[in-house]
Amino acid sequence: MTLTRRALLRGTAAATGLGLVGLGTTGCSGITPGRDGGGSLDYWNLFGGGDGVRMTQMLDTFRTANPGIALSAVTLAWGNPYYTKLSLATLGDKPPDVAISHLTRMKTLVASDLLEELRPEDLGRHGITADKFTPRAWQAGLVEGRAYGLPLDTHPFVMFYNTDICAKAGLLDAAGALTPLDTPDKFTDAMRRAKEASGAYGGVVSINGDTSTPWRIFQSLYSQLGGETLADEGRRVVIDDAKATQVLTFLQSLTADGLFPADIDYQGAIATFANGQAGFYFQGEWEISTYQTAKMPFSMTLFPNLYGGARYAVQADSHTLVIPRQPGRDPEQIDRALLLIRSMLDQSKTWAEGGHVPTWLPFRDSAEYQAMTPQSNYASAADGAVYDPDGWYSGSGSNFEIVTGSAIATVLGGQQSPADALAQMRGQLETLSTTASPI
Amino acid sequence: MTTETAVRPPDAAESGAPPERHRWTGLPALGFLAPFMILYLAFIIGPTLYGLVMSFFDTSLVKPGLSGFAGFGNYTEALQSSDFWSSLWHTLWFTILTTPPLIILAFAFALLADRARYGRWFFRLAFFAPFILPSAVVALIWIFLYTPGLGLIETALAKVSITSPNWLGDPVWAMPSLAMTTIWWTLGFNFVLYLAGLQEIPRELYEASSIDGASVWQQIRKITIPMLGRTTTLVAVLQVIASLKVFDQMYIMTSGGPNFATRSILEYVYDQGFTNFRVGYAAAVSMLFFLVVLAVSAVWFALVRRQEKEV
Repeated sequence: MTLTRRALLRGTAAATGLGLVGLGTTGCSGITPGRDGGGSLDYWNLFGGGDGVRMTQMLDTFRTANPGIALSAVTLAWGNPYYTKLSLATLGDKPPDVAISHLTRMKTLVASDLLEELRPEDLGRHGITADKFTPRAWQAGLVEGRAYGLPLDTHPFVMFYNTDICAKAGLLDAAGALTPLDTPDKFTDAMRRAKEASGAYGGVVSINGDTSTPWRIFQSLYSQLGGETLADEGRRVVIDDAKATQVLTFLQSLTADGLFPADIDYQGAIATFANGQAGFYFQGEWEISTYQTAKMPFSMTLFPNLYGGARYAVQADSHTLVIPRQPGRDPEQIDRALLLIRSMLDQSKTWAEGGHVPTWLPFRDSAEYQAMTPQSNYASAADGAVYDPDGWYSGSGSNFEIVTGSAIATVLGGQQSPADALAQMRGQLETLSTTASPI
Repeated sequence: MTTETAVRPPDAAESGAPPERHRWTGLPALGFLAPFMILYLAFIIGPTLYGLVMSFFDTSLVKPGLSGFAGFGNYTEALQSSDFWSSLWHTLWFTILTTPPLIILAFAFALLADRARYGRWFFRLAFFAPFILPSAVVALIWIFLYTPGLGLIETALAKVSITSPNWLGDPVWAMPSLAMTTIWWTLGFNFVLYLAGLQEIPRELYEASSIDGASVWQQIRKITIPMLGRTTTLVAVLQVIASLKVFDQMYIMTSGGPNFATRSILEYVYDQGFTNFRVGYAAAVSMLFFLVVLAVSAVWFALVRRQEKEV
């Protein structure tokens, strides 16, 4: 396809509007088929809810800027089903050109030889270099010094609070900021006051039919105590019984005292907070869109540092962009894939509106991001991010989270004592840790 | 009737030697069978044998070839695994919970629908309709119904002052809840089989018995139930096998939870084979489960044969 002057002007205008100017100067247009050039691009992701809406918006921006590229995007069910499908499609030589992977699942994909290495020279042509990412997320994504995935965000577990209920409960200072809840006693007291103010519950966290959320709240507190679960790439279980029991006992006290509902699923937890039946809600920051849409008085901040003292820790993960392996993949196809990846990094603002902490420094360091509230309230969580431990069965939505989360949920639901749940968790993890890795 | 006997060639009965045409029926028959046989070999027998071979190796989904020889390692691992036994038990528990109601209720509703004087088509449609829904739709409907705090069932029970359990969230209640969903969903199939069976029973039997002064209840007990014996056997065999193969509802509604209380054996195979990439081990578990289904089917076949001899 020949590049007409009009098309060039249109492309440049769009690129300027999107902050994509860098592409032109790096000379990528000489290699890729051009903005109006042909070719197709398949992209897989696992974003539902508000994330899904924002991702669609970002893809539409890419489509407008690259009308010649036929982009087809597929959204699949989150967790194990997604990774199972991605692995099987790649093994069957029918992978998508670009896919989303959690940072914690990426290493297993790399070990299974399912991802293309992102070579610095390819990345360089698109203006993507290591120094443009937050160091923690970039480093966490390297395997033997090589990059296989580009982190788009860090998504920590955070605390949502209803500003009306907290004001009524006397938990806000004169400036409207939440008083620090940095000890278990202060936290419990705040939940008690919020319960009185809301007339139903102090806080709410998803328990039923959801193994990841119980794991996230447990891991946030447990890692503040310095606790770890797996070592040696998942071949050894190193749970600290005393620390785990301390956290589980504390979590059980919240539901046992009626401060948190003891039987509630993911959607129910959202509804409870949105209906003003709880002062606090604990989940990943991605639920921000839900409450903005609900037009309710809320804000968000760091998950409280109950045990950490000076050392802050919180469970988190990162969405990364990867290129699944395909034997004999056309180099042009890789360049098209990187064009899409760069476009998404450049749209970090849209992504950050969905609550995620961006890793792309050109945006993260901008005044625009600093001014975004409540997003910037918890941006520092990315520095205290605790990723799930390494292991072929570990990572977001993995067997590891199902095993641990199931046991933790029984403690929150009051069906098992912390000691029994811990024994169950340890037994199942030991089975997984001693199983020879299939990778 | 009479024409058929007239057409039958008389030579076969007359000559003592085996009829010559038997030698020739083989080839054309094979020709007709070939398309099915090829598919059957390629997609049933072949993969089954390959699965059997794989169950003796540490085969990984993400590595080429069969990988290292494991001998009976996968089998002993499965037999020693508490996860294997608990998921096998969950499948059996589900079968126990669903089979009797699906037989008894299907029979009762078929009887009622058959006896209905007006709007019979409506009752038939009403009972059969859920069966045509895809499992994902059924799962979504019932997740809404079971939602704690907001769901229809809890709200309705609260109106009559009954505190409902946490249907899908309580490990004790989750399986009965899934069974309830399945009964509502799949009742229609057995219902139709019974309805067909009911229509086979000659009306004269009922007429004669009512002249002799039999009550409706006596008619059901002495005529309907015995005459439907074979239908019941068929329904029971199909139902037991269908219940043993349960996967969708649990996978969508509870993902095997809470705390693994509803993980079926097929989900265990899926988890091990596709999610954990351990296809060798998953194949061994499948083979063990295959033996269980085979044993259950054998018991039913023995019962059917006895029934046929009695008739």
